[in-house]
Amino acid sequence: MPAEIVERLRAELASDGREVTLAPDMPVVTVAPSAVRETARQLAADHGFDLLLDVTAVDWPGRTPRFDVVYHFYSTSHLMRVRLKTRVPEEEPVVDSLRSLYGSAGFMERECHEMYGIVFRGNMDLRPILLYEGFVGHPLRKDYPKQQEQPLVPYRK
Amino acid sequence: MKGLSLDTRASAPLPNPIRPAFERGERDDSVVVSIGPSHPATHGTIQVIAALDGEKVERVDVHCGYLHRGFEKECEDHTWHNLMPYVDRLNYCSGLVNDFAYCEAVERLMGIEITPRCRYLRTLLSEYSRIADHLTCVAASLMELGAMTAFLYLVMIRDYVYEHLADLTGARLTYTYGRIGGLARDLPAGWLKRLAEILDQYEDFVGRIHGLMDRNRIFIDRTRDVGVISAVDAINWGFTGPILRSTGAPRDLRKDMPYLAYAELDFDVPVGIKGDNYDRYYVRMREMDESVYMIRQLMDMLPPGPISVDDRRCTLPDKQLVYTEIESLINHFKLIMDGPDVPPGEVYAAHEAPNGELGFYVVSTGGGNPYKLHVRAPSFVHMGGVHRLLEGYQLADIIPTFGSVNMIGGECDR
Repeated sequence: MPAEIVERLRAELASDGREVTLAPDMPVVTVAPSAVRETARQLAADHGFDLLLDVTAVDWPGRTPRFDVVYHFYSTSHLMRVRLKTRVPEEEPVVDSLRSLYGSAGFMERECHEMYGIVFRGNMDLRPILLYEGFVGHPLRKDYPKQQEQPLVPYRK
Repeated sequence: MKGLSLDTRASAPLPNPIRPAFERGERDDSVVVSIGPSHPATHGTIQVIAALDGEKVERVDVHCGYLHRGFEKECEDHTWHNLMPYVDRLNYCSGLVNDFAYCEAVERLMGIEITPRCRYLRTLLSEYSRIADHLTCVAASLMELGAMTAFLYLVMIRDYVYEHLADLTGARLTYTYGRIGGLARDLPAGWLKRLAEILDQYEDFVGRIHGLMDRNRIFIDRTRDVGVISAVDAINWGFTGPILRSTGAPRDLRKDMPYLAYAELDFDVPVGIKGDNYDRYYVRMREMDESVYMIRQLMDMLPPGPISVDDRRCTLPDKQLVYTEIESLINHFKLIMDGPDVPPGEVYAAHEAPNGELGFYVVSTGGGNPYKLHVRAPSFVHMGGVHRLLEGYQLADIIPTFGSVNMIGGECDR
């Protein structure tokens, strides 16, 4: 991974409570939930991270704030990735949507929403995508029992 | 007839699992139709709801999830090794690529360097899987346009590949062949000889496909300038792999961030010019040629030696030792029952799968089970942007365009 890009990220993004660290696989930018959209905009506009690869969350029950929301970006010009992380509390699991910056955010935020209950403010289409209408709960949360069944159509006897 | 009790099933209408984004089109006389999921071209797992103005598609809402089986939740309950069969079933046309990408993610967490023979063999098998996957995609999308001969030629070669892989792994599609730190077993005798034969046959038959299709008026009319997307749009909508390359952007992880043995290989990254269906067909055809070229290089480079690392944290001890000494027996027992002890950490590892970037985001808190395992599946992301390829074209173009995207239900719905 190009060292000068990491240095630039560190110089331009490590401010206002934002933090840039270097994980073994890629640089990691850690921000507050309110700064996610602005940081993503800067990553896209100023640093060339034009491909949003992935949006997901990690559930840490017992920790406050409970959820990590994790984004991965790729730069088709620098040929490297960057990880953007934020922490949101259980009571208010809200981050701003990246839908207006990246088209691909739409589907991935929908998946993260149904699996973890993270609300992406500004994404108007948070319908279920892998699950079905009326599914109760968020199955990838650690407190969702693995054995729980919610058949849409009752099983045949 | 008592056991059938038809009356109970006919009573209440079944609930609709989806809520379409729109009930009616932009105009009063638009017609909204639902294509799939019970349609062979949508693999039985995708539902396309289209608002039509005559034959023209105005607006599209794509639904997936009919094949969702809780892959990520299930993985959290299995040891790092035992979830390997699930990983296979993501992209079941090229299961080996999934295995190797997942193994690399775990190996990075454990700090394991795989042996040279394993590295070259994984590269060879990844490229071999790519051929099988592209053959499936091209064959299916040609058949959907009525080209039955082309379909049979391509599927014949694909079946040679699958049977040949079954010789190596014991299964045609779901191989479970990757192991953390190595591979399940070494090549059987005569495997490389048969590989060379199949590659020769491949060239013969793919040559016939070029002859049948490349300048075929019907084929060109159905595919040229249909489903066009620009490189900037493709990147914005998260397209990777052959779809992104068909727009002219030469982005390929094998060249850009070389993994396995790709840095030592000589190969080109074929790109298209317009990003339409024809380009996607041609990019896949050319990529298969490059894969054959790579496999031939790798057959000469394949070094002798062990295929798995000698690391008791992940590699099972030799069966003979398990039966004869207590330390190996306990080692075997602990690896099977508790799983490999993966140190805490998080990693994102991605391989260039036949469909695009296949990434595994793995979080470990130590111990034998993953704390979280997330798959960045190319097909799922592509479904988020596929409406860009469908809107504005004819209703009949949905099928060839959808075929050229090569949606694989297993990895899309997980």
